[in-house]
Amino acid sequence: MKIIINGAPREVPDSSTVAAVVALVTESAAGVAVALNDEVVRRGDWASTPVQNADRIEVLTAVQGG
Amino acid sequence: MDDVLSIAGETFGSRLIMGTGGAPSMRALEEALTASGTELTTVAMRRVDPSAQGSLLDVLRTCGIKVLPNTAGCFTAGEAVLTAKLAREALQTNWVKLEVIADERTLLPDPIELLDAAEQLVDAGFTVLPYTSDDPVLARRLEQVGCAAVMPLGSPIGSGLGIRNPHNIELIVEQATVPVVLDAGIGTASDAALAMELGCDAVLLATAVTRAQSPALMAAAMRHAVEAGRLARLAGRIPKRRYAQASSPWEGISG
Repeated sequence: MKIIINGAPREVPDSSTVAAVVALVTESAAGVAVALNDEVVRRGDWASTPVQNADRIEVLTAVQGG
Repeated sequence: MDDVLSIAGETFGSRLIMGTGGAPSMRALEEALTASGTELTTVAMRRVDPSAQGSLLDVLRTCGIKVLPNTAGCFTAGEAVLTAKLAREALQTNWVKLEVIADERTLLPDPIELLDAAEQLVDAGFTVLPYTSDDPVLARRLEQVGCAAVMPLGSPIGSGLGIRNPHNIELIVEQATVPVVLDAGIGTASDAALAMELGCDAVLLATAVTRAQSPALMAAAMRHAVEAGRLARLAGRIPKRRYAQASSPWEGISG
């Protein structure tokens, strides 16, 4: 299935979880937060939250700013 | 007498809050943060970049500095609230520097969206430090919805134009019962000193240091300026006079 990860379309296996998607983007999940279709997914729920076709996932972290 | 900055029950020995944006390198940033003596530092939330070098959070942890996530780049209350919630999740803090800007050219706050976002975030349990225009009425409204501080701009972000409306900053200080943090527009040390002389409780700046030719040197200058301005405020300045007032006695002049 195809989902949008940080604004870019990407093919992922069916029945992927949020945890699996995060692992695609970054090796270290420390200091990272996830929004699935504009809703925060708590870290403790990553492994049990499935992603669906056409979902939008944002994987964010702290950078220099402000 | 311990003269500490107290925000939402937390105390800080330094009244200089630093931003981290614009530094030429992580090493330059670390040197500047150390030289500034800051104990509270803003970060932005952005998409993970797998190629990013060095961890900002590691640097802040090493320096023992509290992280203050911002909502920079948000144009609506909805975006800002989501960004704050993501920051809380990523950084394990319910503090947020709330920024809701109106357009990219001026980066001025959108007062309607800002107040809306502030109210939502306070209700959701956040400690909200809003970046606001230098409008005393808006500052009062932000305080009334429960913000832990108000952070009026001196002039637009990154402009280095200093404090364009000192009178408004004084009005905000006069009425506020939460800390007032002069945020944005600082260009050089005298701007930071003026903010403190006007009665602000702290100064938040980034560009003036991170884009200076020597960031660490300017960071030290800002540290001293904030301390000097604070002392001057506490000391109470002399009134301005139209004509001279001799400081040497007239009595006993020879001849």
